[in-house]
Amino acid sequence: MTSTRPLDRFRSSPLLWPLVALVVLLAANAVVRPSFLALRFQDGHLYGSLVDILKNGAPTLLIALGMCLVIATRGIDLSVGAVVAIAGAVACSSIVGAGDPTSAKAAFVGMGLALALCAVLGLWNGFLVAALRIQPIIATLVLMTAGRGIAMLITDGQIITVRNPTFRTVGAGFLLLPVSILIAVAVFVLVAIVTRKTALGLLIESVGINPEASRLAGLRSRTIRWTVYVFAAICAGIAGLMISSNVSAADANNAGLWIEMDAILAVVIGGTSLAGGRYSLAGTLLGALIIQTLTTTVYSMGIAPEITLVFKAVVVIAVCLLQAPKVRAVLLRRTPRRPARPVSDAEPAAAQHAQTPTASMVEKVAQS
Amino acid sequence: MSKKFLTAVAGMVLAVGLTACGGNSSASGGGNSGSDKITVGFAQVGAESGWRTANTKSVQESAKEAGIDLKFSDAQQKQENQIKAIRSYIQQKVDVIAFSPVVETGWDAVLLEAKRANIPVILTDRAVDSQDTSLYKTFLGSDFIEEGKKAGEWLVKDSEGKSQVNVVELQGTTGAAPAIDRQKGFADVIKSAPQIKVIASQTGDFTRSGGKQVMEAFLKSNPKIDVVYAHNDDMGLGAIEAIEAAGKKPGVDIKIITVDAVHDGMQALADGKINYIVECNPLLGPQLMDLAKKVVKGEQVPQRVVTEETTFTQEQAKTELPNRKY
Repeated sequence: MTSTRPLDRFRSSPLLWPLVALVVLLAANAVVRPSFLALRFQDGHLYGSLVDILKNGAPTLLIALGMCLVIATRGIDLSVGAVVAIAGAVACSSIVGAGDPTSAKAAFVGMGLALALCAVLGLWNGFLVAALRIQPIIATLVLMTAGRGIAMLITDGQIITVRNPTFRTVGAGFLLLPVSILIAVAVFVLVAIVTRKTALGLLIESVGINPEASRLAGLRSRTIRWTVYVFAAICAGIAGLMISSNVSAADANNAGLWIEMDAILAVVIGGTSLAGGRYSLAGTLLGALIIQTLTTTVYSMGIAPEITLVFKAVVVIAVCLLQAPKVRAVLLRRTPRRPARPVSDAEPAAAQHAQTPTASMVEKVAQS
Repeated sequence: MSKKFLTAVAGMVLAVGLTACGGNSSASGGGNSGSDKITVGFAQVGAESGWRTANTKSVQESAKEAGIDLKFSDAQQKQENQIKAIRSYIQQKVDVIAFSPVVETGWDAVLLEAKRANIPVILTDRAVDSQDTSLYKTFLGSDFIEEGKKAGEWLVKDSEGKSQVNVVELQGTTGAAPAIDRQKGFADVIKSAPQIKVIASQTGDFTRSGGKQVMEAFLKSNPKIDVVYAHNDDMGLGAIEAIEAAGKKPGVDIKIITVDAVHDGMQALADGKINYIVECNPLLGPQLMDLAKKVVKGEQVPQRVVTEETTFTQEQAKTELPNRKY
């Protein structure tokens, strides 16, 4: 059934179009402004637009990774943006309140506290979804709404500024490359190894395809679902630390605002179906990079703010259309080999499932 | 059974509500004629920023000082909450209603109710978009165009004798009144100095991360930037980080002008990282209480009252910083 020729396999890969979109975006930038691709050394680290994309895209990538696993279990986590705000708020207020607000110890205590709290919030989400069986979109909506309020309560409605060199490293520091992207890639590799080199990935997919059948087959589907929500919350927590560390401040109102939409979009662009089951980590990585490249493109091409949303929407719609099996079939000048395929059929499931997000979601993402 | 119970509860609530209303109106009516204590109902937008928190504190404190009975409600950024609050103030027959409208439109109906109940309305900080200006007594707030002009004037003066000055602008949230007006005021003034050119302008959404990301991109796409004009302090603070990461000195290699003068901004100004800040004053409580008193006495007040605002240079910031409350 699968074509053996590498070219054919590549052409039918769900990663093809996201990759094309990313390359086209980068190429367009390079044409408009050739220095876009330029890299140079500045204070002992790489400096350039591409480095910015990696640095600013790291939080979205991390959250999208967590989101990807949640979506694979047929769930969704809308609360990640609120968790981002809470993580920043907890870390910064803890650092400010410490005996020596500039010490490394204060930074680690603050970050540890923040991540611990995020894990608890993930447990809460998992409890609602896995134990109480509340629909994920509703269960996580609770924290999405309440979370920002909690963050505001922690910061007292103020923007908390910190001056801590250790904390600053997480989001604004460099080890040749931005520390934030190194962290994100480390988590990415870890997830890839843990889910793809063990049976865990398969188990997650099977829970997403049919939770009940998985349970009857002897899988602890409840534990698996619970775990992915905790993981998503911790990812969001780390992203929250990056975002607040990048500007050395916790902004409960705006940190991570609409980032859940970006993350969901990154997952969907990457060819993972919102219906659960098969997921693609590499696709998610591409999706997150596309979204950040899009934002950077808007800034560096000088697109007027009034038409930014339209520009973003057009690109997002184009990428989503390219992901739709029918459009792909037309573009590749051939009909799908088996158009009406049952859902459980394994092979090109990801491509078949790939849904275009609803119009309202595209709009929300464009706004962010 | 449960239906009966519900009906009973509903009946009780209604009865209590009615008596409460009756009791309230007579009490406040008596109170007003008896003593001179004025009651002001204030419907705040929410607590979305440090600026707003300072605004709320100022209103509450100055009401206490002025001996005015303040009824305060927080709308949590929702228009329907604000309308509800205003309706309840009308029912309580307060002497003056003051509010900062969340959005510009959709106020005619509730303001008409207030007008019919003979309760004067004062808008604070933000305007409403209504044909009928008789719906409110006055609008107390900053003149955002003027703020933009002040920023522009400083730059024009600073750029005298220079051959070319490249400016990048960090705009506020697209479509927000302060963003539109601060851009317009600035643009109007710098027209007089042809050497000043705005080479890039992009929204940073009034946030630090927005300001930083946009500035990072600007620094890469424009080799020569002389001045950053940010529509608020937070975006300016973000820009400072981006400029430092690019190996340049903010305030020296690239000059920075911002609007607001919140504490962190003033700190950066005193540290020499920002060059000039135009104040956007949230402390409009005292002026609001004066207006409320005048309106109650039946004195004429102007349709538009501009908040008392100033500007800060680096030296002024050093002396002002210790007194900064927000």
